[in-house]
Amino acid sequence: MTGHDAPGDRWLDKDAGPVVRPYALTKGRTTPSGGASFGLIDVVIATGEQPAATFRPSPEHRRIMSLCYGPIPVVDLASEIDLPIGVVRVLLGDLVQAGLLMVRSAPRGPVTDQNLLRTVLHALESL
Amino acid sequence: MRSNHYDMTAGGDAVPSTVKILIAGGFGVGKTTLVGAISEIRPLRTEEPLSDRSVGIDDTSGVGAKMTTTVAMDFGRISFPPHLVIYLFGTPGQERFWFMWDELAIGAVGAVVLADTRRIADCFAAIDYFERNGLPFVVAVNCFDGAPRFEPEDIRIALAVSPEAPIVLCDARCRSSVKQVLTSLIRHVLSTTSELSRN
Repeated sequence: MTGHDAPGDRWLDKDAGPVVRPYALTKGRTTPSGGASFGLIDVVIATGEQPAATFRPSPEHRRIMSLCYGPIPVVDLASEIDLPIGVVRVLLGDLVQAGLLMVRSAPRGPVTDQNLLRTVLHALESL
Repeated sequence: MRSNHYDMTAGGDAVPSTVKILIAGGFGVGKTTLVGAISEIRPLRTEEPLSDRSVGIDDTSGVGAKMTTTVAMDFGRISFPPHLVIYLFGTPGQERFWFMWDELAIGAVGAVVLADTRRIADCFAAIDYFERNGLPFVVAVNCFDGAPRFEPEDIRIALAVSPEAPIVLCDARCRSSVKQVLTSLIRHVLSTTSELSRN
């Protein structure tokens, strides 16, 4: 992306979104550090702890933390902050490693919890 | 009070249970209409792996780790504060977005396969996918104005869907109809899982 006449520019319309910049926010990292994984409907929760002294939050880290005043699902956070989900995952990994956030993972396998399923059914019926 | 459905954090905020339901079907069958009829639509930016075709078009030189380009998708959210949030994810219809299906399917409660009787073959791929992955699904036939009407059992034969999977007729524009589709899915999942726990 050097000049305005680069052949790639015609793909850079508003639908495409920024192509390079998002991963610049993660310094090129495409997977969260520390082995954390964040499913779309996992819920992140602020720990209320002070960050490690070595942690230097970026403006995007701060934006994420400002949305985590209560428990918030990853997909809502990504939607709210308007960054690609992959970028949000990397930034969340940093915040978990820094001790500022924890994640409550939704089940990865088939949903077999009958109580949960009944709760969902009753909720839908109440609409 | 202790509940299976949510935990309490140190701050006292309830952590909601989150569930997701997939809405699949061919391009233009009414997935977005269905999601919009019953839920709040929210935007999400996600990534598409750069295919061989786009290498050389998207300039990736100097961004060694970048293997994707961003694409926009929508999802639906139905909140029941403070304990439950139901998410509806439309699975992308076009083949080039199939890479996203696996992520969407992980941990999903089940799926709605939306079908159009004028282009019934468009939903074969979705049915194959869910049968292969063992994800419970219902087939919802979107009754477009002017489309031929068929009995659910005729549609079952046409789709070669097993007798367990419910087939319902619906109007994807109509909230009460979509509600009926979703409740029939959850009832189906409940009966599937209770059979599993008995065996």
